[in-house]
Amino acid sequence: MISSTSRLLGAALLGLALGCSPGDAPKDGAPARATSGAGLTGAGATFPNPIYTKWFDEYHRQTGVQINYQSIGSGGGIRQFTEGTVDFGATDGPMTDEQIAGVENNVAHIPTVLGADVVTYNLPSLGQTRLKLDGELIADIFLGKVTRWNDTRLAALNPGVALPDQPILVVHRSDGSGTTYIFTDYLSKVSSEWKERVGSATSVSWPTGLGGKGNEGVTQQVKQNEGTIGYVELIYAISNGLPYADVRNAAGNFVEPTLNSVTAAAASADLRAGTDFRVSITNAPGEAAYPIASFTWLLVRPEPTDTAKARILREFMTWMITPEAQRMASDLHYAPLPMPVIELVQERIGRL
Amino acid sequence: MTSSTLPAPAAAPLAADPVLRRRSHGDMVFRGLLTLAAVIVPVLLVFLVYELWVGSRLAIGEFGLGFIGSSAWDPVTGKFGAYPLIFGTLLSSFIALVIAVPLSLGVAVYLTEFAPMSIRQPIAFVIGLLAAIPSVVYGLWGIFVLIPFLRSTLFPFLQGTLGFLPIFDGPIYGPSMLSAGIILAIMIMPYIMSVAREILIAVPASQREASLALGATRWEAVRTVVIPYARTGILGAIVLGLGRALGETMAVTMLIGNRHEIAASLFAPGYTMAAAIANEFTEAVGDLHLSALAYVALVLFGVTIVVNAAARLLIWRVARGSAAGSRAL
Repeated sequence: MISSTSRLLGAALLGLALGCSPGDAPKDGAPARATSGAGLTGAGATFPNPIYTKWFDEYHRQTGVQINYQSIGSGGGIRQFTEGTVDFGATDGPMTDEQIAGVENNVAHIPTVLGADVVTYNLPSLGQTRLKLDGELIADIFLGKVTRWNDTRLAALNPGVALPDQPILVVHRSDGSGTTYIFTDYLSKVSSEWKERVGSATSVSWPTGLGGKGNEGVTQQVKQNEGTIGYVELIYAISNGLPYADVRNAAGNFVEPTLNSVTAAAASADLRAGTDFRVSITNAPGEAAYPIASFTWLLVRPEPTDTAKARILREFMTWMITPEAQRMASDLHYAPLPMPVIELVQERIGRL
Repeated sequence: MTSSTLPAPAAAPLAADPVLRRRSHGDMVFRGLLTLAAVIVPVLLVFLVYELWVGSRLAIGEFGLGFIGSSAWDPVTGKFGAYPLIFGTLLSSFIALVIAVPLSLGVAVYLTEFAPMSIRQPIAFVIGLLAAIPSVVYGLWGIFVLIPFLRSTLFPFLQGTLGFLPIFDGPIYGPSMLSAGIILAIMIMPYIMSVAREILIAVPASQREASLALGATRWEAVRTVVIPYARTGILGAIVLGLGRALGETMAVTMLIGNRHEIAASLFAPGYTMAAAIANEFTEAVGDLHLSALAYVALVLFGVTIVVNAAARLLIWRVARGSAAGSRAL
């Protein structure tokens, strides 16, 4: 009797883990909720969740419009958007052409704020000096080709810095994440070997290193082991006071990751009128651009089935790009959209 | 006098008596409710397996049974295999049992046979409390307290004394198969201990008294009479703990290092099936990736059934053996 109980318990756990498998998603309560009342329902990326929550709360206070957002992850956001169980989705990585074909092109990517990854490390001998890295070197470290901190290439980029004679221990995210997407997208651009051997995705087959769950998991492993290197979100690094490296950008300058240098990356991106905003801004060309940055997007339907809701969503998005709302983003350490991009977004919302 | 005026119960048909009929209606409703409750659980189980099967059809078609033996896991190129995950699930649970079984049985025996009456209840209560701690708290405690201790003290000690064994060889990072096994051991201990204790309490006092009367020491009484008497129940307790260890997700994910690889050393990072699902399910974008994760869940389900069936078989054989033994006595 005991073992059958545990078997059933195991089954129930499995069921929980797979509660939103593709097969049963349309059957859950989301569609009913989505069509009742004046509120909107959205789901997706976890990275922008704090600012979205703040925005939806503030917007509710100002206009009375209720927007529910479930931060279930970008993958789940795209899935629920595709299945039509939410009014809008949110994602850290743009939908692929295949996925867009799956919704019959009825999707528009609307950028909201910017995210960035920093390379963090544990090297007590550096003191307050920031490590300097370039893309090629980061790729080779994460490929397991550069294995010691006193490697000549590291020393060449960091003259006069006391680099220890220690092995490099790589830490990466174990959970699928937009953070990993941005990081591997950048490495794929700067290293052909990375592009061939690993590629870019929300989770990849890492050639070396330990996997930590979430930004906090990576941070703990970096903090506890001398000689580690890892990548975390800029916001997380700032709010936890982690050390991070300056990275050489496409223009050849070493750039400190800050909200300004991330916004500068978006400003230098090649965006023209009529863009679908599905552009990668990693390794952006700007002089002051931090190279490991990305937009995060809302997914909305240009040809809505429910026009009343589409109007509410449009009004919200128009509000979202006002200076007032974008300032809330910088208060929470999200890099705001640069002015030229805001104008393009405005134009795109107008065409919805 | 009254009895003579009533008709004999057998003479009146049940349905004719309104009181009895009402009572039998109640019985029927009650019985129906219970049947429903009993049927829902198996139906739910069938439904779950069906859903898993539907979800994993794509991956089953793509990889077939080779999925179980393959070590690939590359979401970018769409190559998936569960071998390191199955290995990690079984090994981490095995480590947990190796540590937790002697400890929890020792505690259970101590609490039922040796401990002073006044501390039996409090200790059992405190150990039972361990079962109420959420697994994410175990995970956080593992990251902040257990891992630093293991890395700085226990692991170097093991390597220093037993480093000639391949399982204690290699670099020490902290997050590892052994760390995950240790946290699992701590998590399943209260289950094994509580059930084993209840079972030892249920051993009739006459059994103990008889053996003591024959001149056995307390240790001999426990070893030769109490534990053999309770062994099927104790095995059941261990199986309960094993089931918990196989399916545990959060704490393991946080401590195992999440490396999709099989290493000889217990200090090397590993991965389990439940951890892989928890890590990748929310952000899995490709259909094949999702399907592969559902396939992993199906395999985990299969492994759980096989392990439990094997345990059932063991319990059944032990139970039969002890019955034969008592007959021989």
